[in-house]
Amino acid sequence: MESIEARVRTFVRENFPVSSSDVPSDQSLLESGIIDSIGVLTLVTWIEQEFDIVVADEDVVPENLDSIERIVRFIERKAAGGQ
Amino acid sequence: MRYEEFLRQSAQRHGDRAAIVHEEGRATYAEFDAAADRFAAALVHHADFANGDRCVLFLDNRFETAVGIFGTLRAGGIFSVINPTTKADKLAYVLNNCEAKVLVTQASLLAAARAAAAQAPSVQRIVVVGGTADADTMDYAGFVGTAPALPASRSPGIDIDLAMLVYTSGSTGQPKGVMMTHQNMVHAATSITTYLRNTGDDIVLSVLPLAFDYGLYQLLMCVKMGSTLLLGKSFAFPQKILPMLASERVTGFPLVPTMAALIVQLKNFDPAWAASVRYLTNTAAALPPAHIAKLQEMFPQARVYSMYGMTESKRCTYLPPEQLAVRPTSVGIAIPGTEVWVADDAGKPVAANVVGELVVRGGHVMQGYWRNDEATARVLKQGRYPWERVLHTGDLFRMDEEGYLYFVGRKDDILKSRGEKVSPKEIENVLYALPGIREAAIVGVPDPILGMSLKAILVLAEGAQLTPRDVMGHCAAHLEDFMVPRAVEFRDALPKTNTGKIRRAALQAEAEGRAFDAEES
Repeated sequence: MESIEARVRTFVRENFPVSSSDVPSDQSLLESGIIDSIGVLTLVTWIEQEFDIVVADEDVVPENLDSIERIVRFIERKAAGGQ
Repeated sequence: MRYEEFLRQSAQRHGDRAAIVHEEGRATYAEFDAAADRFAAALVHHADFANGDRCVLFLDNRFETAVGIFGTLRAGGIFSVINPTTKADKLAYVLNNCEAKVLVTQASLLAAARAAAAQAPSVQRIVVVGGTADADTMDYAGFVGTAPALPASRSPGIDIDLAMLVYTSGSTGQPKGVMMTHQNMVHAATSITTYLRNTGDDIVLSVLPLAFDYGLYQLLMCVKMGSTLLLGKSFAFPQKILPMLASERVTGFPLVPTMAALIVQLKNFDPAWAASVRYLTNTAAALPPAHIAKLQEMFPQARVYSMYGMTESKRCTYLPPEQLAVRPTSVGIAIPGTEVWVADDAGKPVAANVVGELVVRGGHVMQGYWRNDEATARVLKQGRYPWERVLHTGDLFRMDEEGYLYFVGRKDDILKSRGEKVSPKEIENVLYALPGIREAAIVGVPDPILGMSLKAILVLAEGAQLTPRDVMGHCAAHLEDFMVPRAVEFRDALPKTNTGKIRRAALQAEAEGRAFDAEES
């Protein structure tokens, strides 16, 4: 099974064509123009389906979703049943 | 009255009041006013700026953009705010089109700004917010910090002077600069603040880009009223924005349909967020009646305004909120101090419920497109008086028996996606520049969040190997975000007219799931 980071990177690369394959893990996806408000929605829907987790409204914040690193940590935490 | 005088007045009346609350802090009216003075002085000192010169602001929603707008006016100049997702080629087109003397940008956009300026010989200064002084650029702090104040005797001009250029998509694929004088802006702002019942006590939260006239007017109207503007950069994370409605006691919250769609689906919406909001506005595209009902439920104290407009006259109509329950799909009546009618091909009013083109008259109608007399002549036509020109909007409407207007469609191919006007031609031109594409058509697929979601339908040249990602990547490198297709479909052939022209209208009808009448094209 591919690592969570590899799956996230593949998703971002395939869905947000502005991104290059070597986006630094800690780079803000919003500020670098890779995702926008619709992109955030697409990302959340994908996370819910791909990892079978529920993303609550209050989870949709930059602290959880605005870099590859943060997305990976968020998924790991959610998948482990944490809050 | 010139528009920048409102900033001086508001600073004199309540200098301590917050004018702009932004991500990095708060600026009072006194601070905003002083910053605009310094910016004006810097334009004159560092760029030999004269009345009528152009300053392009290639910046996101930040305090410096607001300062650049009012500072340029105070120096007697003309400003144009350009969307930060604009790519270098299009920015170069704009810089050359308006012969900009000064380009102000920010560190994160410097690469595109430099590439564009390299193709625009008129640009004498590039100023970079958050940048460092370089051989070919000045950092913003150094720019505004080192110029002697302008002498009080220097006049910036009078109110019939051109104040701004707002670039808008044209159906031919090249952007056009909508020319607005100070008088135009004062007229539009006065009309809108009248029906919104704005006062100096309002606090408006806007995440709409200042490059978009709807976002820009939030700033202009707040300055005129002496009210407070909370300036956000994006609505990508509603959970970061919506709590500010409560913490800052926001009274006015302008929306576009995409934002409304994100808000109505929230499960954790806290009624406390809505408590101080006295009005919501929507424009750019109609809100579905279900979203209107839900918004009213979520914001019980708020009057909800459905509005319609186009950059060429800023705003055309609004629906008085008390009519929303009666005719939820109407965009209402002419804004105060203006007139509109539904016209036949000769420009004469038609009977109730007959579809025709909306025509607009009033002091908010633009002066024309910058250096594009041909395009101007197509939309500005002879009005009632010898000196008067009225705006033919290109939008089809009908008016009911009681005088309320309903949007029917466009006369041309322009699509609306995410509330932005999109020219299929502009995207198709970019697609044809990608080797391997033989035929291309852009259609809008109805989408609950986006209004229209853009889809490229392509025929590849023999032997060409392109993936949807290649196509979207190419578009993303050459177009603003909102113009990048979200889906790509490959076909063997596209439908054509007898003369061999691609029948985009037939493909559009197919995308909307409606029958296509061949007479249409």
